[in-house]
Amino acid sequence: MQATATAPIIAFHHVNKIYANGTVGLKDIDFQIPRGQFLVVVGLSGAGKSTLLRTINRMHEISSGEIRIDDAPIGAYKGKALRQLRCHIGMIFQNFNLVNRASVERNVLSGLVGYYPTWKCILGLFSAADKQRAVQALKRVSLTPKIFTRADELSGGQQQRVAIARTLMQDPKIILADEPVASLDPRTTKDVMDTLQRLNREDGITVIVNLHSVALARQYADRIIGLRAGELVYDQPIDNVTTADLDRIYQTN
Amino acid sequence: MTNSTLDLPKRPWRQRYHVAAIGWTLVLGVLLVLSSLMTGANLGTFLSNIDQFLALLVQMSHPAWSYLHVILQPLYETIQMAILGTTIGAVLAVPFALLAASNLVGNRLLRGLIRFFLDLVRTLPDLLLAAIFVAVFGIGSTAGVITLAIFSFGMVSKLFYEVIETIDMGPLEALKSVGATKVTMIWYAVLPQILNQFVSYFLYTLEINVRASTVLGYLGAGGIGVYLQRSLGEFNYSATAVIILATLVVVLVIDGISNHLRRVLL
Ligand SMILES: Nc1ncnc2c1ncn2[C@@H]1O[C@H](COP(=O)(O)OP(=O)(O)OP(=O)(O)O)[C@@H](O)[C@H]1O
Ligand SMILES: [Mg+2]
Repeated sequence: MQATATAPIIAFHHVNKIYANGTVGLKDIDFQIPRGQFLVVVGLSGAGKSTLLRTINRMHEISSGEIRIDDAPIGAYKGKALRQLRCHIGMIFQNFNLVNRASVERNVLSGLVGYYPTWKCILGLFSAADKQRAVQALKRVSLTPKIFTRADELSGGQQQRVAIARTLMQDPKIILADEPVASLDPRTTKDVMDTLQRLNREDGITVIVNLHSVALARQYADRIIGLRAGELVYDQPIDNVTTADLDRIYQTN
Repeated sequence: MTNSTLDLPKRPWRQRYHVAAIGWTLVLGVLLVLSSLMTGANLGTFLSNIDQFLALLVQMSHPAWSYLHVILQPLYETIQMAILGTTIGAVLAVPFALLAASNLVGNRLLRGLIRFFLDLVRTLPDLLLAAIFVAVFGIGSTAGVITLAIFSFGMVSKLFYEVIETIDMGPLEALKSVGATKVTMIWYAVLPQILNQFVSYFLYTLEINVRASTVLGYLGAGGIGVYLQRSLGEFNYSATAVIILATLVVVLVIDGISNHLRRVLL
């Protein structure tokens, strides 16, 4: 009922993104994401889903418009301020993006490097409390026994859970997941999606997931948005979503 | 229908008759003949002097083993020179390689300048460097170490940045997304991916440097080469034989160790 409860955590204001080669990535995107929402983004390959996600933590720069997080415009952040913004936004990738030759523990701890000065990161001088947090994070994704295993000795699903534990170390208020289950089998897909759902419900983290699977989108989302050729062509709370709607987003014309 | 799947496209006649391969062979043959005419190298002179060569071989086939204890110290010095020079060169090469890698440094101008500098260093012949540094620092291993360091730097930096350009960029993206600084990104996401290949190239360069340092010593840059030159100057070929054999053993041992380590690493 209060005004603050409805204040969006992320707001896009007429955002356009045109890549250097002229490709339109995003076209006049204008919508808001309330705090604590589980938002699923669907759309054909090349529709701009990854682009949309990466503008939120400024991994991609936008060409015009404005993005606000907690009502602060993020476009002007540089250097330290930009790194601090990213500290609080977790990101999960289709290919997990772990350092393969490093241990699970080191990969999880790497989620903290934004909070430490560079020299402490290099010497690996993480506090005992933070090392304990790494164990807790692994516990939440049920991987504590693997803490000293090399990352590349884990299965895909396990690697993605390590990536989620790395994100947990950030203590994020937002998690961006770019097709987090695209290279996983159905069982591990459920594991990973359930974990994201738990973080959303138990910790109140706002979760934004790009998905190719309509079934998964309907199962987990609070709200589904659809992109086509960089444009927002669909936006409905889950209760209003019909299969026919989603089929239309995936139509090629 | 089934036939059409077997219809391969016709090769153009240039490919069918290997025009390019035959052409290049001819060109190379002509170049070989021309260059031997121009430089005056000819097989005749070599054959007519073969008796001198044989006399030398006869002397060398009686190695003066007592000379061995004289050259142990300089042999040891040669190995030290090679290790020190390679290490200095390789360590200095790391930051330059990072700056020269196109997947890490977006700034073309900076990257271009660094690469130009590295190319320049690589064109300096090691013998020329040795001659210069012997003139500057006098006869001794300092000149050798500096020469080997520069030579290793030029060679290793190129090998290093080519390795860096093949790494998986995923972990870098992940580190960037958690708010890491550039240095932290390199430490966490780049170095673990390249460390093994770096060590492997380091060992490879060390092998080359052990061999090169014997030749450099010939110019007065310290180590076993100094003794090699002395024995040859005194026509003491039985001592020369000992030096050559001892050097051969050292090179073989170093090669063996480094080959083994590299196999373990990769
Ligand atoms: N770095 C880039 N430079 C130029 N064009 C790009 C770049 N990255 C993406 N694009 C283009 O922008 C458009 C949107 O790409 P994006 O990766 O956001 O799509 P997507 O919806 O994530 O697709 P997918 O489902 O295949 O991951 C595509 O046409 C793509 O070719
Ligand atoms: Mg994508």
